[in-house]
Amino acid sequence: MTDPRPILPPGQRPLVLEMQGVDKSFNGAVVALRKMNLAVHEGDFISLLGPSGCGKSTALRLISGLMPPTAGRIVWNGAVQAGDLGVVFQEPTLMPWATVAQNVWLPFRLRGQSFASVRDRIAGALALVGLENFHNAYPRELSGGMKMRVSIARALVTNPRLILMDEPFAALDEITRQKLNNDLLALKAKIGCTVIFVTHSVFESVFLSDRVVVMAARPGRVIRELAVPAPYPRDMIFRTSPEYAALCRDASDALVEAIGVAA
Amino acid sequence: MTLADRHIPPAPDALFDAEEARRARMKRIEGVAKWLLPVLVLALGVLAWDRVVVWNDIPHYILPGPGLVLQTLVKDWAILFDALLVTLQITLMALAVAVIGGVGLAVLFTQSRWAEMSFYPYAVILQVTPVVSIAPLIFIYVDNRLAGLLLCAWIVAFFPILANTTLGLKSADHNLTDLMRIYRATRWQRLRYLQLPSALPYFLGGLRIAGGLSLIGAVVAEYVAGTGGIGSGLAFRILEAGYRLNIPRMFAALLLIALTGVVIFAGLSFLSHMLLRKWHESALKRET
Repeated sequence: MTDPRPILPPGQRPLVLEMQGVDKSFNGAVVALRKMNLAVHEGDFISLLGPSGCGKSTALRLISGLMPPTAGRIVWNGAVQAGDLGVVFQEPTLMPWATVAQNVWLPFRLRGQSFASVRDRIAGALALVGLENFHNAYPRELSGGMKMRVSIARALVTNPRLILMDEPFAALDEITRQKLNNDLLALKAKIGCTVIFVTHSVFESVFLSDRVVVMAARPGRVIRELAVPAPYPRDMIFRTSPEYAALCRDASDALVEAIGVAA
Repeated sequence: MTLADRHIPPAPDALFDAEEARRARMKRIEGVAKWLLPVLVLALGVLAWDRVVVWNDIPHYILPGPGLVLQTLVKDWAILFDALLVTLQITLMALAVAVIGGVGLAVLFTQSRWAEMSFYPYAVILQVTPVVSIAPLIFIYVDNRLAGLLLCAWIVAFFPILANTTLGLKSADHNLTDLMRIYRATRWQRLRYLQLPSALPYFLGGLRIAGGLSLIGAVVAEYVAGTGGIGSGLAFRILEAGYRLNIPRMFAALLLIALTGVVIFAGLSFLSHMLLRKWHESALKRET
């Protein structure tokens, strides 16, 4: 792995990307997203929280460049190269015919870099997610949580400026999910990555992020932004603290409002 | 001796109960039966065939007994083996051309929707028209007999490879396709690293079907083309033996063709297993 990015205090962090009044509609009628503004700074951990159909996944697809916005702009600070963006989907999305290490090699391979030339970075990424002993395993030999770890290793192996995660732990059981949440925060503390995390779990969003963006559906839009001021690292003590409970209630209220507005 | 030691159950068999033992026994029996039963059926069938011939005094130019067929196989081995080599040569060449043509067209079709729209209907028409009805025409216009035979066998064999490979190339995981776009993979990279590996299990399924079909195509083409040029294959030997009422030789040649088909199928199944055993669901042994 390359050097970790230093995490500066909020307010001094350089901008990574900004969504400016972004609209997205399909077939000229269905409005998936309306006037979304979002500034992402280096080291941010932002959760997009909302009911299904609120456009949170659409926002990720727009940021990743898989489709263009109908109106508005998505502005990156500086030029973007392949590998500046890491993505983790809801499914692990691994190539079943390739070993764990070969899967993590993919972003480099597509840039024409040989396995040998990036062997150390692949090993580093797999060590970060705790899979140092599984380089030559095939995906089908791994559990759901381990597959997700491979997917995360692949997303961060290029040391991207931004990592997008689209409900990555939604399909996992609660125990695995909590473990991966803890590990994700430990990982963030180690390498200082910038993350946009889509979820429909209030508890997950508050535990992980320093900013929760609550969204409502029909049309998809941002209705509230909550700051989570608790310092990292966060652990079981934070998970059981009154502060955490209060923040979760705030987020829940906002979510109820979101669903209420939508209905 | 501590207190805990005394509480350890004395019977180590407790972990392997009667139910489990019964299931293991059933599995062993099934494993043997899988081989034994077909062999038994074959033995009974051959015996019945032999008895019917002997008891009814059926003359060998109407129905030869199994012993006579085997004798003929040994006696005519030189002729039949040469014929087998000819048929096998055409079959394998046709299969090779079917793989190249089928995969090539499938790649072309997935790369260009225009090409698919233009040519796919004609691939279907070639497939659904019986080869027996096209073959005589082919041998009028194609002078080279080997080329004609190959063309006939290819027409029969290429379609399953084309259809399966096309399906496989289109079945690549959507999220992986998105990931390729995010990492700015070229079209060629997407084909090579994602679509072709995704299509491999589908292709291999088509290949197993095509293996049998190319043998059928080769045999049918030989029937139509007759002899000359490149020597005579098994199908021609069957025709010839029929004209001469040499029924034992017909059976012997038929036996060789059937065996060839089985060997081709087994070989392609083995190839498929070796290529997929590490990662594909179809090659998984369930542990229950």
